[in-house]
Amino acid sequence: MTAMVHIDVAAILQTSVNGVYTDLVTRATGRAVRTRIEHDIADGRPGAVAVIDFSNVGLLDFSCADEIVATLMRQCCADTVALERYVLFAGIKDAHLDAIEHVLERHKLALVVRITAGGTYRLMGMVDEVERLVWEAVARAQAADVAGIAAETGLTGDEVSTCLATLHRRRLIMREGAIFRAPTGAVA
Amino acid sequence: MTAVITVPEELDHDSFESVLDQLAPHPADAPVLVDARHTTFSTPYALLSLLCLAQSRTARPGFVIPDAQGTASYWARAGFFRFAEELYTLHGTAPALRPKGESDVWLPITPIARSEDVHAVVERIQDRAEAILENELRTDPRMIGRFAMTLSEACQNIIEHAGLGGWVAVQSYTWHKLGRRVVQIAVCDAGIGFTASLAPAHARRLGDRWCDGQALEEAIVRGVSRFADPGRGQGFAGIKRFLGQWQGKLIVRSGTARLTLVPPWDDDVPLREGLSSFPGAQVLIIIPGREA
Repeated sequence: MTAMVHIDVAAILQTSVNGVYTDLVTRATGRAVRTRIEHDIADGRPGAVAVIDFSNVGLLDFSCADEIVATLMRQCCADTVALERYVLFAGIKDAHLDAIEHVLERHKLALVVRITAGGTYRLMGMVDEVERLVWEAVARAQAADVAGIAAETGLTGDEVSTCLATLHRRRLIMREGAIFRAPTGAVA
Repeated sequence: MTAVITVPEELDHDSFESVLDQLAPHPADAPVLVDARHTTFSTPYALLSLLCLAQSRTARPGFVIPDAQGTASYWARAGFFRFAEELYTLHGTAPALRPKGESDVWLPITPIARSEDVHAVVERIQDRAEAILENELRTDPRMIGRFAMTLSEACQNIIEHAGLGGWVAVQSYTWHKLGRRVVQIAVCDAGIGFTASLAPAHARRLGDRWCDGQALEEAIVRGVSRFADPGRGQGFAGIKRFLGQWQGKLIVRSGTARLTLVPPWDDDVPLREGLSSFPGAQVLIIIPGREA
């Protein structure tokens, strides 16, 4: 099973800003919260999935979305193979979507979101149709190789390989040898 | 000799320019008396600008309180005199404030100097915004979050760029020009302004073209920031995104220039240059309510 680290963003916020506010606003607050999240991620095992849980966060402004969501994803994408880190965003509400979509668009990033209502997962942000098709096939299969994804999607093996490499570089899927899986914590 | 600066009867972002024009010949250490005796109406933007005016003077100016009781009373409820008495020598008697909780002001004039101030403002506005957005402006109550985000980003401009504290205020009123209720967010400071803030990173690139108007265009239209981090410059980008959805109007004045993002219902000039100099940055956001 993929190791998971649960990070409660609201709890971190409470200890970062006088313990009074539930809204994630201002760049300074975003930076303080993100620094704590980075420490929590660093404490986890390499290759573990950090679940960044926004469930109890009220408002999220653009500056905080940039500091927390975009910066964490950019750091993950810059990781070397020896230090692969993955993040899964959970508890995202309508009040958070505008800011997150805005910063993802600005940085040309994408991320994996767990939808609370159905317990399902989806990609959010800048991905093309083929990337989304391949990612969804990987997520459905939980663990799959190139041939399996090609059969599932109707794409060629080369197309799938190229797309999987891109998704892996963007830390949207995990790779263990020839096997790929979504960073959703699903059973291997 | 003390110069008398006459405040117009109706004071808003346009007529405030006449105050600055009168002030322009008088250096910061020259004595001035700002005479608001005949003023009967003021927008939040203009009230904040009056505070910034005093902040920009090295010699403490005088200020004559409006004769009209209703006007003076509203200015008191909006929190103007609380800060004005620290910056001006007041002439006349400021009306006493009513007990807390009775105010009809959305967000009274509130100082912004630290990140915590923005947290407090965002929380406070959300408490009041739902009923007002729905009842007064007839907008979708789901806009509250976007409204609060816009407010947050506008306030952060002070923290990130002013180098000096500023103020925020929010109020709704009927704008006769539009014939509708509007809500106005005003965020003003008398700090270093856009040109000085952006100069270290961008002035050399633009050479002779670098001026207040160019600095505003770079920041508001092109989203550049003084920081090298590609994530910076989100604030105005986010504000513009939501104003596009609302058909809202954004005015940013800094130094001698004023840039306006003009919505379809308005015929303002996108960029005015060569205005009388005024330090800092003054941001005005006008969100129109739906037509009845």
